[in-house]
Amino acid sequence: MKVFQHTASAILVSSLIAGAAQAQISDDEIRIGYLADMSGTYRDLSGPGGLEALNMAIEDFGGQVNGKKIVVFSADDLNKPDVGANTVRQWVDERNVDMVTGMVASSVVLAASKVVEQSGKLALISGAAASSLTNEYCSPNHIHWTYDSYALANGTAKSVLAGGGKKWFILTADYAFGHAMEADITKVVEADGGQVVGKARHPFPSSDFSSYILQAQGSGADVIAFANAGSDTVNSLMTASQFGVAQSGQKLAGMVVFLNDIHAMGLDVTQNLMLTTGWYWDMNDESRAWAQRYHKRFGKMPGMVPAGIYSATTNYLNAIKATGSDEAQTVRAQMMATPVNDMFAKNGKVRADGRMVHDMYLAQVKTPAESKGEWDLYKIVRTIPGDEAYRPVSESKCQLLSKGVAKRD
Amino acid sequence: MTSLQIKPAAARLQPQVVLERQQAASRRKRGFYLALFAVALVAPMAIYPVFLMKLLCFALFACAFNLLLGYAGLLSFGHAAFLATGGYVTGFLLSHYTGLGTELGILAGTLASAVLGLVFGLLAIRRQGIYFAMITLALAQLVFFIYVQAPFTGGENGLHGVPRGTLFGVFDLSNNLTLYYFVLAVFVFGYAVIQRTIHSPYGQVLKAIRENEPRAISLGYNVDAHKLLAFVISAALTGLAGSTKTVVFQLASLTDAHWHMSGEVILMTLLGGVGTVLGPLVGATVVVTLQSYLSNGPLGEWVHVILGMIFVLCVLLFRVGIVGWVLKLSRRNFHN
Amino acid sequence: MTLIFGIPLSVMSGQLLLGLINGAFYALLSLGLAIIFGLLRIINFAHGAQYMLGAFAAVMGLNYLGVNYWAALVLAPLLVGVVGVFIERFLLRRIAGEDHLYGLLLTFGLALILEGSFVKLFGVSGSSYPMPEQLKGGFNLGFMFLPTYRAWVIVAALAVCLLTWFMIERTRLGSYLRAGTENPKLMQAFGINVPLLVTLTYGYGAALAAFAGVLAAPVYSVTPTMGANLLIVVFAVVVIGGMGSIMGAIVTGLAMGLIEGLTKVFYPEASNTVVFLVMVLVLLVRPAGLFGKEA
Repeated sequence: MKVFQHTASAILVSSLIAGAAQAQISDDEIRIGYLADMSGTYRDLSGPGGLEALNMAIEDFGGQVNGKKIVVFSADDLNKPDVGANTVRQWVDERNVDMVTGMVASSVVLAASKVVEQSGKLALISGAAASSLTNEYCSPNHIHWTYDSYALANGTAKSVLAGGGKKWFILTADYAFGHAMEADITKVVEADGGQVVGKARHPFPSSDFSSYILQAQGSGADVIAFANAGSDTVNSLMTASQFGVAQSGQKLAGMVVFLNDIHAMGLDVTQNLMLTTGWYWDMNDESRAWAQRYHKRFGKMPGMVPAGIYSATTNYLNAIKATGSDEAQTVRAQMMATPVNDMFAKNGKVRADGRMVHDMYLAQVKTPAESKGEWDLYKIVRTIPGDEAYRPVSESKCQLLSKGVAKRD
Repeated sequence: MTSLQIKPAAARLQPQVVLERQQAASRRKRGFYLALFAVALVAPMAIYPVFLMKLLCFALFACAFNLLLGYAGLLSFGHAAFLATGGYVTGFLLSHYTGLGTELGILAGTLASAVLGLVFGLLAIRRQGIYFAMITLALAQLVFFIYVQAPFTGGENGLHGVPRGTLFGVFDLSNNLTLYYFVLAVFVFGYAVIQRTIHSPYGQVLKAIRENEPRAISLGYNVDAHKLLAFVISAALTGLAGSTKTVVFQLASLTDAHWHMSGEVILMTLLGGVGTVLGPLVGATVVVTLQSYLSNGPLGEWVHVILGMIFVLCVLLFRVGIVGWVLKLSRRNFHN
Repeated sequence: MTLIFGIPLSVMSGQLLLGLINGAFYALLSLGLAIIFGLLRIINFAHGAQYMLGAFAAVMGLNYLGVNYWAALVLAPLLVGVVGVFIERFLLRRIAGEDHLYGLLLTFGLALILEGSFVKLFGVSGSSYPMPEQLKGGFNLGFMFLPTYRAWVIVAALAVCLLTWFMIERTRLGSYLRAGTENPKLMQAFGINVPLLVTLTYGYGAALAAFAGVLAAPVYSVTPTMGANLLIVVFAVVVIGGMGSIMGAIVTGLAMGLIEGLTKVFYPEASNTVVFLVMVLVLLVRPAGLFGKEA
């Protein structure tokens, strides 16, 4: 009797608490959802820092567009596709969110972008690398803004090949993203007359890379490429440094390396590493000014992802201002029609497949002697024009382009 | 227990009184279940249906796990494998055979999990305690590895875009509300199966095995077969939960196969009360609600810490779980 | 050039040596777990977190107190050992008589708390720990270049393992410990303070984990989740070796390091999973593990 009543009330109370957490909010606002890994491996890539950049963009706009207030929701996707997709679904069902940004882990983004498409909203993908997002998984409901794996692999691999590295050993993280990068690198290497002399796929994630570095050393390769990201790249590079790889003359090429990784590893380990980036804080006056503002607010120098979030959001809000609407397709069309020229990108444009094509930069990590400050980490070696960096339309499988075969599931 | 100083007249009344009390208790119980069911029927009007469906799937998962832990006394560390198997098999079939009825897809997922449960059970059932748990963990890790490598699962990306399909060719399940009632029906079915199992003669033998295995063996019961059956039922219902969850979220991912998921269901069961009937339901509600509530708010970064603290508090103070504690409280105050 | 399964002998030797080094590391990590389970019957799921604490203690000691690597090798285990003592005295002792399940869950919860807090405080990218000067560089063995530090790891790990084994199996203190956990009442009657022994043993197990953490700091990046990923592998090693056996943990650790090393050459994708396959096979044949004492 009382037992069941107690338990019943317990259940009712807990469900009511749950219910209160999903109360409805009225419209007449621009609602932006920020989805990223806030507590896991990719936290420092975007995470709370990316949210800071988003808020900066909104504040710089005055917090409202044409009188409509801008509201932000943020959530931790825990790097899990189910959590990410469900959060977006809930945002759309319950709060009628207009735009979703952040979006870091490729697996999360692939799942979440499907939900965005089904609900007719817009996603501005800033953190994820998978180039498939504007290839076989392209959609009229998202724009891939900051960078992608094709541009990174292409940029770095081509330059290293040009520098004389013909024989390659590829160390790949054993998951879909790693495989995709491995394929991209192989294609570039073989197209330029190079040869992949060895490869190893390590479990994702791994902690000990000594065996793979040893295999790479024994393979006779000129270049060791790391088709992995995050802590795997950090560990691989550290191990390579310990095993004296650089001294033996082999070059190291990191595919997906961010400023926060270099900062964490230190210049001793990473010096002279070649990498490609979409933006660097010390590039020009505009980027420096913005970066200093960010650093004052957040305590760290921004990498390309927060900068990309700021840029994407600002362009999005401008498009709303121009069209007077927050409907996804109207805004997207406006963004496609407007060139991107801000502190993040020069000569940027949004292509029909949703790819924001802009100049990329080949960088080399400075030696400890060359570095004059905690965040003085890169020197920009070359600017890679956007059309050269990104996958050309002719090779694309995106069905949104006038040519190209659709391969959607 | 009963005093021997019973007056003859009272002794004749005793069975009658006991019978009446039992009937009153079962009437109350039925009334309670009806009330709960009524709440479940109207809940989607007030609360986001997808959240409720998630709750129901995890509650079914926890109930299935509790059958094994609370009633058969076996702690499995590998139940995530069954959740994932149900999800992936159903997801794959529904994605690739577009005409297939959703109920058939779910049935296939459940059967696949049952078969996997049989395999695990055959390998693990002879061992006891921590060794049993470790074998189930190892087997689950092997299954995890297979799912990482197998192309059909989509690996890290998961199997997404699973169509919700139609039920019996009639009901369109893409509508959240329709789907909710289907999921509720699935949960009630699973729960009924568990209840039937516990209250059957087989369930009594299981209880005897849990309490004193050597005696059960000496009485001639095939202890291994009984335990194996419990394991397979638990695996099948877990697969059912996984299959249904995949239809709801249109996604099956490695999260379901990871050993953290096995840990989560242990937490839910422990929190609610191991071996109690409603415990897993309460435990699942609390954990799922906490997780979604926490990750959407400013406390998002503290999710793991808070869950850890709940674990610790549960073990130190709430060993019998919320429901167990409520039961203890009521027994002390309203001795029935 | 001799070929083994298509791999040149020189390459194979290098891989085997690396496997052995990793194995020594596994042995050290499993040792703490084996002691705590074998003697105290506690399933210490916080072992990974204690390993992580040791590594972080070294990092923070260096950054804030200028404690160098060699001092950290002693101080970090002491610090974490004390933490372990607190955990045992105030938390684990309360559930001492209960089912093993509860110890497991309690320590699992503690691990979540520790790791979650460190993620919040330090982020996930991890900190780097500089290689100590005296151990930098390496020597050319002909078939491979072996970093000095890796050679040090195998020496230090094996030394500590053998020292611990000796202490427990061959000294009087060890015999008190073994007797005290088998029959506490009798030992108490003899005047041995059994609860104190239990607490100190748990502390020692935690200290071993922390020692492994300090050893790991210069070569693996120090992140809050570094222990979580290793933990179930280490558990598997202990189970394969036989949960009560100290020597079992050491031998199995070394063997698993070798097996994993070979897997990395032939089928690297499975290198994280092979230990579980071995566990299933071993437990089918020998239910109590290779050196285990009970079924």
